[in-house]
Order: sequence, then C-alpha cells, then structure tokens
Amino acid sequence: MREIVIISGKGGTGKTSISASFAYLEGSNAVVADCDVDAANMHILLDADFSSKEDFFSGELAVIDESKCNNCGKCKEVCRFDAIEQKDGQYIVDKISCEGCWYCSRVCPNDAITMVKQKAGDLFVSNIKNNSTMVHAKLGFAAENSGKLVAKVKQEAKILALKNDKEFVITDGSPGIGCPVISSLSGANLVVLVTEATVSGLHDLKRVVKLLKTFSLEAICIINKYDLNANITQEIEEYLLKENIKVIAKLPYDETFTQALTDAKPIVQYNDKSQLSIIIQKSWKEIKEIIRSRY
Amino acid sequence: MKVTIASGKGGTGKTTVSANLTAYLAEHGKSVVLADLDVEEPNSGLFIHGKQKLQKIANKMVPHWNSTDCTYCGECADVCNFNAIVALSDEIIVHPELCHSCYACSELCPTNSLPMEAERIGEIKVFETKNFDFIEGRLDLGQEMAVPLIAQTIDYVDENYPNHIKLLDAPPGTSCPVIEASKESDFVILITEPTPFGLNDLTLAVETMKVLEKKIGVIINRHGIGNNSVEEYCAKEQIPIITKIKNDKAVAQCYAKGELIYPKIEHFKESIKEIARFLEGLK
Repeated sequence: MREIVIISGKGGTGKTSISASFAYLEGSNAVVADCDVDAANMHILLDADFSSKEDFFSGELAVIDESKCNNCGKCKEVCRFDAIEQKDGQYIVDKISCEGCWYCSRVCPNDAITMVKQKAGDLFVSNIKNNSTMVHAKLGFAAENSGKLVAKVKQEAKILALKNDKEFVITDGSPGIGCPVISSLSGANLVVLVTEATVSGLHDLKRVVKLLKTFSLEAICIINKYDLNANITQEIEEYLLKENIKVIAKLPYDETFTQALTDAKPIVQYNDKSQLSIIIQKSWKEIKEIIRSRY
Repeated sequence: MKVTIASGKGGTGKTTVSANLTAYLAEHGKSVVLADLDVEEPNSGLFIHGKQKLQKIANKMVPHWNSTDCTYCGECADVCNFNAIVALSDEIIVHPELCHSCYACSELCPTNSLPMEAERIGEIKVFETKNFDFIEGRLDLGQEMAVPLIAQTIDYVDENYPNHIKLLDAPPGTSCPVIEASKESDFVILITEPTPFGLNDLTLAVETMKVLEKKIGVIINRHGIGNNSVEEYCAKEQIPIITKIKNDKAVAQCYAKGELIYPKIEHFKESIKEIARFLEGLK
C-alpha cells in the first residue's frame, strides 16, 4: 500500500479537482481519503453514496448541575478560556469556548461539573465512481479537533486499502500548515504539491515546503494556472529546483476546471481528450512510476 | 465595528476583498485597520506594502518541569486531558505542541514543580501605510495551534484601534481557527464562488455562523461561471448578497502579481463600493 497526499498550502489552487481526477483514473485500485474535513468536496466530484456512517466523538464539554452548584465561582476562577460566565446568579458554560480541559470539573468542591463527550462530526465510507471506495467526513458545526478527525479518516482509508489489497491511498489534504495538515501528512509516501502562479501561491508553497522538510517527506509539484504570470511561474520553478522538488506538470488557466466541477465530474471524466486531461493523465502515470520506484 | 471576512472554501477571494476593501475605505477617509488572521498562510502583506513599525513575539504558556521539589506523584499527567505530559518514575516529559495552556497541571501540582512559561508560537507584525495600519499574525512552521495566535492578534487590534472599522481576514474552513476569528465580530462576510464546491462550503460556513449567532452576508466571487445554486440558496435562507464580483481573467492576473485591483479594474471597484455602502448601512 502506497499513500499519496495532495496538499497546496493555499486554498483554491485546484487541489481537489486534481486529486479527484487521480482517484477517477486509478479506480478500484485505490482508496480515496478526503482529509479536508473542514470543507470536504471530493464527494461531489466522485458521486459518493454515503453508504456507511459513524459518529465521531472527540473532545469534551463541561456541564454544570445547577442543583449541586453553590455558585462559589471556583470554576470561573480557574478557567483560562473564559468559558464560564455568571448569568442571573448561576454559573453556566459557554459551549463554544469550553476547551474540555477538565480543570473546572476537578476543582469544583461540590462535584457539580461533569464532562460530557462531544460528537465532533460524522465519518463516512462511500462507494464512488469507477468502483472505488472513499473515506470522508463532515466536521460538526463549530466543532473542534479537525486534526483528530483527519487522523481517523486516514486510518480508516489505510485499513480498507490493506484489507482489500489496494495499491494506493489517494489523500486530499487541507489548506494551511497547522494541525489538520500535519495530521494529513503523517505516513505519506509521496506528497504532491499543487500551487498556482500567483504571489500567494508561491508564498504559501514556500511555507509548506519548509514544513515537509521538517518531516523529511519527498514531494513533487504541479503548477496550476502557470500562464497567469510567466515571471512567477519561473520563480516557482527556480525555487523548487533549489529545493530538489520536481515539477511534473504545468496546467494552463482554463475555465474547463470550473465547468467540470459545475457538472460534478473530475476533469478527466468531463472531457478525457482535453489538453488538461491529457496533462493530468500523464502526471498520474509519472507519480505512480516515482512512488513505485521508491516503495 | 468589527467585520470578519471568511469563507468555507479556500481560494475564493477573502484576501483579495479584505485588502482592496481596506485600501478603498482608507482612501475615502475612513479610520480602518486590517488584520490578517490566516496565521498559517498570511497573504495580505503581499498586496499591501507598508513599513513595518512593530514586531511582537507571540507566545503560548506551557508548563516547564523543575525537578528540584518534584515527588513524581504523577498528578500532572493525570489531570492533563490532552496527553501533553508523560510522568515517568524519574522524569516528567512535557509535549508543548499538545498543550492547550489550561494551567491544570501547573496549578494542581502539590510541589509547584511545573511553572508556566512563555513559549514562542509565532509573531505579530504591524505595518503602516500612508492611510491605514495592517496587522499580521504569522504562525511559526511546525506549530499546530493557530487559535492562540489568532486570539492574540485580535486582542492587539482591539487594544490599539478601539474606534476603527476593523476588518479581519479569516483563515479558510469551518473549525476552531475560523470560529476564533469570528466569534467576537459584529458581522461576518462569507465569500464564495457559484459552483457546487462553493455552495457546499458556503452551507457549512452558514451553519457554523448560525451556531455562533452571527449576522452574515454573502459575496459571490467569479460571478458568471458555474450556476445559480448559490443565489437560490441565499434567497431561500434570506441571506443578503452584498455584491457579485464578475469573473474576469484580468482580475486573476492582477492578483497573481500582488497588485491591488480596484484602482485598475472598474467593475471590481464598483463591487468594492457596494461592499463599502453595505457596511455603512450596518451601523
């Protein structure tokens, strides 16, 4: 089993459109993991059927039993998250601010505070286009712990891949460099960076590349919208050359990207003869060659 | 007035709108300040070129083990709900990256052997341009928790610009960083694009803002591509559409270079004006 993680640093660079295309091309030989749990979108392009659903619990919430509470205020005193306030003389917990640290519950002299496990989201395993399987999730509204949900999605995808003897896990990561991204990267065999020829694309690319270095992960790059600005594309290429990261493809600014997603299809399905599709097909072949030569 | 500019999906134009709107308002005599809260990937500074006037290290408080009086009772590890402390028979190991700074281990330690100390997580920089200031929070690489830095950046803005219009450029998504960037604001603008991805992520963002009980409005960017589903959704949910920014490769090219767009492209300027008028009407 070989895991490929696709990330971008910046949002909106085409990461999900490209990941979904790879998944479509590989079909039943891959398990797909949508780790952008904050704003999951792969299910739209791959026609997920949400056939299996499981509650995901993470984090806890303090609940004050008013009948036991004598309003001593000790809980409010120790809370570092401003999650406890007094309303009409009674201490209450602000659900959004409570971090679930247990401190208030531990110091309450009347044992009036219990910690309740919180449902943080739903985990789905779906049948998708081309006889494949996808693990994806929906984070609860205003819930936290997306890093842990990402870890859970990846773990389920890997178990399915091993159990059913699939060669690849194709993981669509989330934007940024923080906890969900770090969580999506763990255990990756190869990272595909999707960037775009804009000043922000380059800036964010540099931040994720530095992050990858700290984890000693091998990466290759696809430059999207390369013709938006020739100078920036050149700058990206020079930077990546220095960092020893191979640019395997450059995609033009092309509204077919949007047309395909409006039609809820990966680009390679929307029009398999288009210039974009041909480049993506070639890229996927090259990615497989690279990863197979390593693992 | 404090307005957060957010979106579920990344790359929909949060930074473009916040940078251009701030510059436009300042040019028209408003006292306005911009804070870039996308601390994992702060980009506003690529579009606004100011002179740095202040740089502050942002810390979070984490326990540091002091072995002198420690009895290795293990209470610290027992009370930590985030697995940030491992108590061995002859050593206490702290994992600062897992610490949520709740102080429980430190304050419940019977021998005061885990004093809380500041540890760097990033920095806050303040830049000045000729007519407004711009604040950037930037998380250090390898740091996982954006929330404390977002909170500190907002605190800085609140303390130093009490009477300004405060525009907060939020990170993408719907989880803790976005909530931190929105929960104290008077209004939240959600930017989306008229595609199934845009709609899906807008729906998630709207539901999150409902939980936070925030007043919201929507900006549709790249109007003209995709379909009408976002507009139909907003009509059904009775969410005002503040403006529709036309899909235009010239806008993307301007953005690519890191330039402000409204001084160069008329239809974009009209959209920025509409946003400014909308905010004026909120007061």
